Amino acid sequence: MHLLAFLIRRLFQAIIVMLVISIIGFSIQSNLGDPLRELVGQSVSEAEREVLRDQMGLNDPFFTQFARFIGNAVQGDLGTSYFFKKPALEVILDKFPATFELVLAATIMIFTLSVPAGIYAALHPKSWGARLIMSASIVGISVPVFLTAIFLIAIFSVNLGWLPSFGRGDTVEMPWGWETGFLSLDGLSHLILPAISLASIMLPLFIRLIRAEMMETMRTEYVRFAWAKGLHSKRVWLTHAFRNTLLPVITVGGVQIGTLIAYTILTETVFQWPGMGFLFLEAINRVDTPLIIAYIIIVGLIFVVVNTIVDLIYTLVNPMMKLPGAAA
Amino acid sequence: MPLLEVDNLEVSFGKHQALRGVSFTLEKGERLGIVGESGAGKSMAAFAVINLISEPGRISGGSVRFDGRDLATLPPEELRKVRGDRIAMIFQDPMMTLNPVLTIGTQMVETLQAHREISFAEARRIAIEKLDLVAVPSAEARFDSYPHELSGGLRQRVVIAISLLCDPEIIIADEPTTALDVTIQAEIMALLIRLCEDTGMGMILITHDLAVVSESCQRLAVMYAGKVIEEGAVNAILQAPQHPYTRGLINALPQMNSRGGLLTQIRGTMPGISELPEGCAFHPRCDFANAACKTAIPELRPLGAQNVACIHAGALKETV
Repeated sequence: MHLLAFLIRRLFQAIIVMLVISIIGFSIQSNLGDPLRELVGQSVSEAEREVLRDQMGLNDPFFTQFARFIGNAVQGDLGTSYFFKKPALEVILDKFPATFELVLAATIMIFTLSVPAGIYAALHPKSWGARLIMSASIVGISVPVFLTAIFLIAIFSVNLGWLPSFGRGDTVEMPWGWETGFLSLDGLSHLILPAISLASIMLPLFIRLIRAEMMETMRTEYVRFAWAKGLHSKRVWLTHAFRNTLLPVITVGGVQIGTLIAYTILTETVFQWPGMGFLFLEAINRVDTPLIIAYIIIVGLIFVVVNTIVDLIYTLVNPMMKLPGAAA
Repeated sequence: MPLLEVDNLEVSFGKHQALRGVSFTLEKGERLGIVGESGAGKSMAAFAVINLISEPGRISGGSVRFDGRDLATLPPEELRKVRGDRIAMIFQDPMMTLNPVLTIGTQMVETLQAHREISFAEARRIAIEKLDLVAVPSAEARFDSYPHELSGGLRQRVVIAISLLCDPEIIIADEPTTALDVTIQAEIMALLIRLCEDTGMGMILITHDLAVVSESCQRLAVMYAGKVIEEGAVNAILQAPQHPYTRGLINALPQMNSRGGLLTQIRGTMPGISELPEGCAFHPRCDFANAACKTAIPELRPLGAQNVACIHAGALKETV
């Protein structure tokens, strides 16, 4: 019951957020040069262009165009890519699996590494291991993602020749049309370097976040009481301290995972990864406005979905939180 | 031989000593009250007994003899087996003591399972029995509640129930009623006394309320600036306090003052651990201080039925 009320409420919020995003996205169109220049060749005369503009509705007032855009968007039509001459949504969704798998691989790396590293650094703050982790994370947080990517390519592809430096490699097509790189050895080997560089930007942040929150919870009265009850150290650390550490980590982490999508633009470009971010950068170079807008809207949608999932997980971990918006 | 014998216990934070020698004893089934102003080190002494001092503090001297062993130097695993099983503790603020993300039941069962080979069902049965014992209404339903669903008074009852789970020989109660509503304070104190009397459990009660100690304890230790300065039977000390500070505390009790008159107080404030004066720490506030008080730190020594740490003790009789 709570869940349903929560989801309905969330849906409502999502619609408003999406509306705002589409207004912003759509207003870009009128400021990004003349789409006709990209659409037609040099040989088309100005008179013919004017006819075409009228046909495409580019001369209509902003709000007429926007209303038309929204009307189409609701029906799943985000315009036609000028370059690909295909529906923009279709072009983007074609690239979605590549980006999704890259973000997923990076996220898995971030969680499996940051949780043990963060806990260890919190429990033994003066040890050499913790000092090493903390100094490395400072370096990691400071080096921009494209530099990490170029270093990785230089070392593992160029010098050692262990891993491929660009592309997605072999993919396997799943029954529902999803191209996955997880199921072939070649696909996986292509995934490693891009995933590491994408993870490198968030991993230090997560380690530091988990460490700081864990140290904070270790000082609480309930952890002290857990010691006074004579519990084993593992139980105190993992069940009492870490469960409470998770709450702020989930909140911050959820937003950051969303931000990872933004970083895919850099990572995908360096590794020529055929995903949405790479596509987006190309679309900007070609002033392919419908594609740019479609990308912005899709990414906005992903943010909304990710945040909703994060809120759901948060309420599962924190018994004090009733689902936000659900009637108490 | 007493059940618990704390001898000259010291706790240091870096260069500074928070406890400068705490000594007291506790017989089986006996109740000891430790009183003093805020910052005197009462809570610190309580935590030092089970060697649970937070970093960067540490026990830097003295011993805690319990059942023939010294808890101050016991290996961590042996210490763990004592905590919660043979010596349990109740904290000051029940709103902070229970873990917000775990159910009452989880926090009870884990305690039993840390000390006994016991099934969940059996642990649950004991937990509910203890919740009943401390008069938590509808104990079975409360077992699955989260702490935030209970009131402060109820939470303190749950904390007490947790401390009773393994039938400890000593319970250390660190200001167990300070954070509660005035109306509930007496109830919780009465519950604690009843439990001690019914089970023969000993108690160390940390409080700043002499009246509570006089009603509930047999022995009293008065702390000042990290030291026990007077220790003995409650009645003996209340009737004939030997240390000027104890005397000041008793005179400051509202019931010792005449109605409508000004309340008596001890002038000045207690020094912090980094600004202790030379000699007796109390001498700047003491009406009896002389040159000798400024040089020698008085040790706790027997005087009649009690122990007193004051060079004037015994000579003050007529000046109350």
